[in-house]
Amino acid sequence: MNRSTTFAKEILWALLVLAALLAIPYLTASRVALDFVIRLAAFGIFATSLNILIGYGGLVSFGHAMFFGGGAYAFGLLMQKAGTSIPVAMLGAVLFCALLGLVIGAICVRLKEIYFSFLTLAFAMLLHSVILSWISLTGGDQGLMGGIPRPVFFGIDLSKTTTLYGFACVVGVLSLLLMRALLQSPFGYTLRMVRDNAERARFLGINVWRIKLYAFIIAAGFAGIAGSIMALFVSGAYPEFAYWTMSGEAIFMIMMGGLHVFIGPVIGAALLLLFNDMVTRFTELHGLALGVIVLIFALGFKRGISDFLVQFIRSLKKKRVTP
Amino acid sequence: MNPTELFECVTSLSCIVTQTSTGLIVGALLFLVATGLTLIFGVLGVINFAHGSLYMLGAYLGLTGYRMTGSFLLATLIAGAGVGLFALLFERFFMRRVYNADVLMQLLVCYAFILILDDAVKLIWGAEFQSMGMPDAFQAPPLFVGGGIIPLFYLVLIAAAAVIALVLWYVLTKTRTGKIVRAAAHNPTMTSALGLNTNLIYAGVFACGGVLAGMAGALAAPVRSMSPGMGFSILIESFIVTVIGGMGSVSGALVGALLIGLVRSFGSIGFPSFVEGIMFLAMALILVLKPSGLMGREPRV
Repeated sequence: MNRSTTFAKEILWALLVLAALLAIPYLTASRVALDFVIRLAAFGIFATSLNILIGYGGLVSFGHAMFFGGGAYAFGLLMQKAGTSIPVAMLGAVLFCALLGLVIGAICVRLKEIYFSFLTLAFAMLLHSVILSWISLTGGDQGLMGGIPRPVFFGIDLSKTTTLYGFACVVGVLSLLLMRALLQSPFGYTLRMVRDNAERARFLGINVWRIKLYAFIIAAGFAGIAGSIMALFVSGAYPEFAYWTMSGEAIFMIMMGGLHVFIGPVIGAALLLLFNDMVTRFTELHGLALGVIVLIFALGFKRGISDFLVQFIRSLKKKRVTP
Repeated sequence: MNPTELFECVTSLSCIVTQTSTGLIVGALLFLVATGLTLIFGVLGVINFAHGSLYMLGAYLGLTGYRMTGSFLLATLIAGAGVGLFALLFERFFMRRVYNADVLMQLLVCYAFILILDDAVKLIWGAEFQSMGMPDAFQAPPLFVGGGIIPLFYLVLIAAAAVIALVLWYVLTKTRTGKIVRAAAHNPTMTSALGLNTNLIYAGVFACGGVLAGMAGALAAPVRSMSPGMGFSILIESFIVTVIGGMGSVSGALVGALLIGLVRSFGSIGFPSFVEGIMFLAMALILVLKPSGLMGREPRV
């Protein structure tokens, strides 16, 4: 089977999932379910964009939240102060994050391993500090106050919850498809080669630094979309969006869902969101429960849930072939 | 932002004395925590992201120890021993399993422990802020130097940190144990081939890091309020210190800790909301210009 038919199949799957998601509001009037999917769209894009760096590029960024927060603030400020329409503001947020990613990435991707991780962390915390102290623009630790307007565009009115839900679903599925296409393109395979053996890639005439930088910029741009959806949903932007715990959460989603399967981070995001909602309802000791589950994943499965399943299925198939 | 106040401060002796003494105790505490972190990284090659939680555990153990014995010295020793023991178990049963896994797995295990320890502290000592109060032995009028105020306990704290630093320096450079530890850091395979038990060395270094963090927590107890989650900020600051000083370098941790302590105490006058920003800016600059840090060797390949 060649690549284009495989991809056509994936588009078909994506459309099916999208149709199923869009059918949910007709089946249930529960706001909880809709809110969950909107948050999942934001965090699914965010975690998957980080996985472009971690899973496909081998670049463990500890500071990806700077693009989530940066996107949320750029989107919110464009809506509040410049009064642009929602698509324009989203595009602006993506451009802002891509530019930020270009500048910071150009500095960071030179470094290796833990030094890269720490430098990204430093820049993310720097942005967090700027957000906290530039009170006249960002509102400081109070966050972007006053709400974000949701003007009608192309006849779409996002002030209705069901419309906002549909919008988040469409943007989420499209972003995931786009990232999938990028990772299945020659660029995606070059990135995998750089991850596995940078030396070899260099000998084949690949500019390793540039490939890593492209990955960094792309990941930043998609995190900007995620941030915009989040800002739209909560109608504001908060410094916590750019804090290091947010980066940690994304890493955790990736590790929980699995980093070698494309959809893994989305599964991880769903699991973590579900878990957070469930546990806070039953017990005060949220951290204790979450910590034990993390330990089970890290020391028991030793990999994310989707990686675990893929390996499990493969081992079953192998047994069937060679009895 | 208020640069004029900072300027007024650095031109008055009393303000310089007060702020320097504050900066020095912050630096001394940071040094104790960051040294453990940097030692563990230097010898084991792993980053103990749960190191801040060991500091928190030390503070709470110190609090209980002080309430039980009434002696601050005993409380500090109890905290050091307790946290050292905890670190030993943590290394033996959890961290050792992920030494050969990638850094993300180590991060995950530590993250789990950060969450668990925060809630464990909440269960045992309560979620609200606690404070030890100044121990009776140090309830003396503060010293006045050049118009600046230096509480007596600050001197005790700085002296205690200095003694610990000296002991550490002596053990690492002058004794056989220190030689073995440095050998294990330099080439673990060769060390192990020479018949030395590297597992034991790793456990010892981890426990030593725990003792230092625990004592730092207890020493900080009289001047800091305690709450679950207090480990977060000291962890981040210790990262900054280790990176600035050079990862794996103990002398670098000393320089970095004092630098960050002074930046924090003087920075909080001039630009309170951007002190963190300055620290991270310094960290980024060091990583870009000299990734091995001020005192570090070139990174291991």
